[in-house]
Amino acid sequence: MNRIDKTFARLKAEGRTGLVGYLCAGDPDMQGSERSIRAAIDNGVDVLELGMPFSDPTADGPTIQEASQRALASGATVTSVLELVKRIRSTDDDTPIILFGYANPLFKYGYARICKDAAEAGIDGFLVVDLPYEESAELTSHMKPEGLHFVPLIAPTTGMKRATKVLEHAAGFVYYIMVTGVTGARTDLASDLKEQMAALHAVTDLPIAAGFGVSSGEQAAATGAEADAVVVGSALVKSACQNRIAEFTQELRTALDA
Amino acid sequence: MKNDTQKQLAHDPDAAGHFGEFGGRYIGETLMPALIELDAAHQEAWADEAFRAEFASYLKHYVGRPSPVYFAERLTDACQGARIYLKREDLNHTGAHKINNTVGQALLARRMGKNRLMAETGAGQHGVATATVAALFGMECVVYMGEEDIQRQAPNVKRMQLLGAEVVPVTSGTRTLKDAMSEALRVWTATVENTFYVIGSVAGPHPYPQMVRDYQRVIGDEAREQIQDMVGRLPDDVIACVGGGSNAAGIFEAFLDDAGVRLVGVEAAGHGVDTDQHAASISAGGVGILHGSKTYILQDDDGQILNAHSVSAGLDYPGVGPVHAYWHAIGRAEYCSVTDSEALEAFHTITRLEGIIPALESAHALSAAMRTARQGKPEDILLVNLSGRGDKDLDSVLAMHDTDA
Repeated sequence: MNRIDKTFARLKAEGRTGLVGYLCAGDPDMQGSERSIRAAIDNGVDVLELGMPFSDPTADGPTIQEASQRALASGATVTSVLELVKRIRSTDDDTPIILFGYANPLFKYGYARICKDAAEAGIDGFLVVDLPYEESAELTSHMKPEGLHFVPLIAPTTGMKRATKVLEHAAGFVYYIMVTGVTGARTDLASDLKEQMAALHAVTDLPIAAGFGVSSGEQAAATGAEADAVVVGSALVKSACQNRIAEFTQELRTALDA
Repeated sequence: MKNDTQKQLAHDPDAAGHFGEFGGRYIGETLMPALIELDAAHQEAWADEAFRAEFASYLKHYVGRPSPVYFAERLTDACQGARIYLKREDLNHTGAHKINNTVGQALLARRMGKNRLMAETGAGQHGVATATVAALFGMECVVYMGEEDIQRQAPNVKRMQLLGAEVVPVTSGTRTLKDAMSEALRVWTATVENTFYVIGSVAGPHPYPQMVRDYQRVIGDEAREQIQDMVGRLPDDVIACVGGGSNAAGIFEAFLDDAGVRLVGVEAAGHGVDTDQHAASISAGGVGILHGSKTYILQDDDGQILNAHSVSAGLDYPGVGPVHAYWHAIGRAEYCSVTDSEALEAFHTITRLEGIIPALESAHALSAAMRTARQGKPEDILLVNLSGRGDKDLDSVLAMHDTDA
């Protein structure tokens, strides 16, 4: 069973809201990145979205753009990111790891090859922000045999008719983008989350993680009250930069479990 | 052989925007519904005679079309070979072909009830053309431009501001067109509900490559008739510069089914395609995914996008429109390249011999045309798309001579 499915089944059984954390692989370098990832997992992140850095992250705000640039400047490659995953896996065989990024590094590496190598390294799924379901068939045809989940994104602009089509082939969980915009911490979050979650639950049995903009325990709790899991990205990246990722993860965990 | 090529050749992409294996919509989910809506709106408008008539009317009375085809006699004499004809897009209002497309997209925006335009720009020509139509139709306009290009193209920045547009400097990455386009996509993601994104080339996610081609095909439709009126037959070669490739796509489109006409796209070789300082995505790049489409791009072994270089800000982009990738793949068009110094030499030659100061972008096409003309015979006809005028480039050209001295 895929670690993503296992983890969401466990969370459901325990009646807890999941915490999905994004960190950019190789930021600021591979050693520092490994420390941040371990700190995040040790302090309460249930699912790791591991960012594959890309030179032109068109769906990301300044925090993740800068993290990607730091990672690339210190020499991160697809191969070194897979090695990082293997090191994490040597001591942690439970936490789901989703490779999160843009299509071109995967395309250039080769879709068949990346699926084989990612599964071997211990990756459980991909989330490719610039690969909408219309363009994803080639990649997913190589993912399925390796047991990898293709995690779909649903935006506020998607609409239910399209969401139903997108979710037909989805696996693992659904990532609901709460705001119309790019990644980054925000003070105001979506006001219609409850309605959106209900509408999505009506067309999918998959758990739904909501994210974009969550930057405090309070916001995480408010989001977690409606969604099955909460995604924290830019704010987690920022906390790693400021050497307080353990404390920040605890803050999120405590707020979600309260 | 030619018959095989013709059989494969499709003018329009499939319903999801694929020209062969190229094109498509590689974009975040937030923008997908807007792109699907835009595609439907364009298809519907383009099939509507009233819309086509309105577009044609603005092109005639506002842009000043048809632009002439001109026999460059002194240039022809200097090359001592093939005869060179110039399609004078430099004579359009605002000085380049870019205005054809922005008139089309602004009319479409108005039809869709959107009153706010945004654009990215490299050389500033597309930014000026967008700001111009925003003024014409009383629309709000924001233009994203790399900080480096803002310095290189200061007069165009002033023009856009005079026209009432807000010019926003982009400070990420290389601070050129690539980053302006990335930033524009980010901003559009956040404003998609009320903003029409006017892309300036046959690049980006579907429907832009097809839509911009449709709005630019007037160049080829006119030129094909004009050259036949002048010389009694079709040209042997049609030559145009290719950055994203909208002026080339616009002129090539009309000649696609004329199997005897060679279509030649000219990329910017910068300091040379064997260096890491060029913008020749087809000649020296590989297939990849950037800014919404699968096409030829400049990338490293790990799929990271490389910086492009060209003396011409309008060609300084590490990708190319997917329709060119397709034409290259099926062999319908040929792509070659011209270096900074060759383009600069052509810039001066045309200026002195014909009294026409070309844009540095167009100087690339002219340089390739001169190369071909020298090897040709007097009965050969070359049709070159002179895509824009060079007033905007005077500072760059003069600065290069200072550096050389």
